[in-house]
Parts: sequence; C-alpha cells; structure tokens
Amino acid sequence: MMNLILIKSFFVEIGELAYFARRFFKELVKKPFEFSEFLKQCFHIGNRSFLLVGVTAFIIGLVITLQTRPTLEEFGAESWMPSMVSISIIREVGPVIIALTFAGRIASGIGAELGSMRVTEQIDAMEVSGTNPFNFLVVTRVLAATLMLPILVILGDAIALYGSYIVEHLKGDVSFQLYFNKVFNALEFGDIIPATVKTYFFGFAIGLVGCFKGYNCNKGTVGVGKAANSAVVFSSMLLFIIDFIAVFVTDIFFEI
Amino acid sequence: MTQSLNIKDSKTSLPIKSPILEIKDLKKSFGKNHVLNGFNLELFEGENVVIMGRSGSGKSVMIKCLVGLLEPDSGSIKVMGKDISTLNPFDLNALRTDIGFLFQGSALYDSMTVRENLEFPLRRHKRKFEQGTNTTDLVIEVLESVGLVDAIDLMPAELSGGMQRRVALARTLILKPKIILYDEPTSGLDPITAKEIIELMRRVQHQYKTSSLIITHDVDCARVVSERIILLIDGINYLEGNFEQLKHSKDEKVKAFFK
Repeated sequence: MMNLILIKSFFVEIGELAYFARRFFKELVKKPFEFSEFLKQCFHIGNRSFLLVGVTAFIIGLVITLQTRPTLEEFGAESWMPSMVSISIIREVGPVIIALTFAGRIASGIGAELGSMRVTEQIDAMEVSGTNPFNFLVVTRVLAATLMLPILVILGDAIALYGSYIVEHLKGDVSFQLYFNKVFNALEFGDIIPATVKTYFFGFAIGLVGCFKGYNCNKGTVGVGKAANSAVVFSSMLLFIIDFIAVFVTDIFFEI
Repeated sequence: MTQSLNIKDSKTSLPIKSPILEIKDLKKSFGKNHVLNGFNLELFEGENVVIMGRSGSGKSVMIKCLVGLLEPDSGSIKVMGKDISTLNPFDLNALRTDIGFLFQGSALYDSMTVRENLEFPLRRHKRKFEQGTNTTDLVIEVLESVGLVDAIDLMPAELSGGMQRRVALARTLILKPKIILYDEPTSGLDPITAKEIIELMRRVQHQYKTSSLIITHDVDCARVVSERIILLIDGINYLEGNFEQLKHSKDEKVKAFFK
C-alpha cells in the first residue's frame, strides 16, 4: 500500500515537472528576455562549479589510470592506456560524474535559493509588483545551467585527461605530445558529439528540477531543506534516465 | 450577519468619493477548511480601512486574493472597476502597478541592494512615468520619503527590522500606487519602531494620497491610521465601525480585541 502511494506520488511529480517544463518553454519565447540576469546566472553557475568540477575531474583521471594500468600491464597493453582512458572519460565517465557533481552543487543551490525566496514571500512580491518572477528566476537559471554544463564537461574532460597523463608520465615516462596524440587518434566524432549533446540535456534537467523544487517549495524552512535535498536526488535520478536514453539513441546512429 | 455601526459622526473621516476597491461575497477554502465565507468590502478613494481578526481568520488570504496571488472559490473582486478574475495576465500586471503590497516580513530581495530592490519594479513599468524620468531620482525620492537615503547601497541583511519595513514601503511606493495593502505592518517590531512605522504610514497616506487596506492586530496602529475598522471573524465581516465605536462595543468578541 505504502509502495503504491510512493509510486503514485512519483508519477504525479513527473507530471508536475512536465507541466513546469511546458511553462518554461512558453515563457522562454516571451519578451522581454532577462539578459543581464541570464549572464549573471551563467557566471554564478559556471564559476561556482568550476573548482569542484576541476578537482573531481582531475582525481577521476588519476584514479582511472592508476587502477587500470596494472591490468593492462599484465597483458603488455599499457600503450593502449591513453585510448582507453580517453574513450571512457569522453563518452561516459566525464559527462556523468561531472553532471552529478554539478547537480549536487547547482540543483541544491537553486532549490534552496528559490525555496527561501518562496517562503519569505519574495517571489510573491515580484508577482504583485507586476513583473514575471518565472521569467526572471526560472528561465534564466535553467538556460544558464543548460549552457554552462557542456562547457564545464569539456573543461572537466580536458582536466581528467591531464590527470591521466600525469600518471602515465610518472609511471611510463610518456611525453605530453605522445600521450595526447594517442588520445586524439583514438577519439572519433561519434565519441565526442553524442557525449556533448547529452550534457545539454543533463544541464537542462538539473536546472529545471532545481527550479521546480524551489519555485514550488512550501511549509516554511523545513520545506527549503526538503526542496534542496529532493532537487539533488530527483535530478541525479533523471540524469541516469537521460543517460540511458542517450546511449540507446547513440547506439542506433553511431554504432558504438 | 454583518453589523454596521454608524460612522458618519467620525471626526477623522475623509471626503468619500467612489469605491476604488469592491469585494462581494468572497469565499475561499483550503480543503475542508473554509477560510472566507462571504466577505464583503468597499474601500473608497482616500480612505484607510483596517481589517482586524484573529490569526487564521482569513485576513492574509483575503488580501492575497485581492492581488491575484490566490484564486477565490467564488465572489467578485473589483479594483478600480475592473473585475480581476476576468483580466488576462498582461492586464492583471498593469493593474498591479496601481496596488502596492507591503508584506508582513518585508519580502525584500535579499540578493539585491536597497537600490536594486527599488529599481526592480521599474524594470517593466517605467512607462508609467514621463519619458526621461531618471530611475535614480525616483529611488532617491521614495527613500527620502521613508528617511533612508543613506541605506541606498546596503544589502537587506545589513538593515534592522524597522529599516527593512521602511525600505519595503519605499518599494511599494515607487510605482505610485493608488491603493496600498499592508499585511501586518508592525508585527515583529519593538513598540518604538512600530510607532515610527505607523507614523510613516500616516505621512505616506497624506503625501501620496493613497487609499489603504491595513491588516493588523495592533490596536494602536488601528487607532492611528484607520477611518473605519472591519472585524473579520469566522470568514465574514462581523462588525464594522470606527475605532471609538468598536472600542465601546458590548459584544464579547469585539471586546477581546480592545482589552
């Protein structure tokens, strides 16, 4: 019985999120576009996440290389290391881990910010002053998250590959030029384009869920905490669903 | 059943013109909780009406229905002759510029400075003013009227509760509204600051010639700013009259407010 209620509330939430997304697209084409707020959010969202994304990506690069190297050494295939690491980072590990890190930071931040604005009646105040709070708060943040995540993923992938190179340089005395030659020889458009395209969807989902949870927050300060928390949980879950769909579609068009 | 006391003898009454705000038979429920059960109100131009009632009696719900933040279940709300339920979002927003709303907790945008808070409503509605009107001049003008010009570049978190309330009033005034709705303007303030806010409200009412609808528990506030008081009990207007009439009422429910 309890499970049924949970399942029902999950689908109700999905429906409400879809309705929220529909409103986003409707408001997106409405004039005027809050361009200065959009730029401000791009700076906040991109800048606020860069250090975290950079450190996470660097460690991913180091760890993957450190853990994979002994196995490849056993088969005398350590020269394949740059190709293997680059494909796994560019195709899957980079986008997903960076998106999850981004969700932890940005979805919760947006959820808490809009949630506290809701409970302190700041959003109501915007509405009664005759301005459109959805346009100002939601459209700008969702767009900024959608556009900033792909940039962060590209930077993060580069940092992760650099981390991998450092391990290769220390353990196998591989030069920078040789390492990255091997990386670019191994990569194809079929690896880079779908991986980059799906990060737009990841960014959109993270921004949308963060805004949805915060904008519809109620029940006082407890509600703000719940909004921030559920924004991370819900957006992380959505990321995996989007990732599954993206891999499935990529498989059809690019034959992985 | 609404009882209406004769208020013609009131020394404080202003010349009454036409109803600027009219609520008829307003009903609003949240599930099984019937908050408003047929509330009626007429606010005339230049008039200041206080709504008093216990917590949960529906005062804030009524005021939120007035600006379209909540949708009533039934009844009609006319602001300056326009039924707000029939307005499209564009016209509703245009009408909202004529209605100022002072929120209970000030509701200042905490990521913006005082200047940005005041400029925010002007972003979309500067056309309300003559061409060439300088935004900074408008901001300074309203900050002067609440005595806070020096706080122009401060963040809301750097202001005291009383100062926040004054900035919120300045933000309300910047679009030169015809009606100001005050939701508990003195709640959470110490008695001295509350008196300052009440005095400021009176000054603003005279300076900007606004009509005001004030929701309050504060008897002092009601005494100073109101020409007419409506007691909202059980979701209806229980009793109506001026301060002195209500204060000397024999009704036990009314007495409880003025003890």
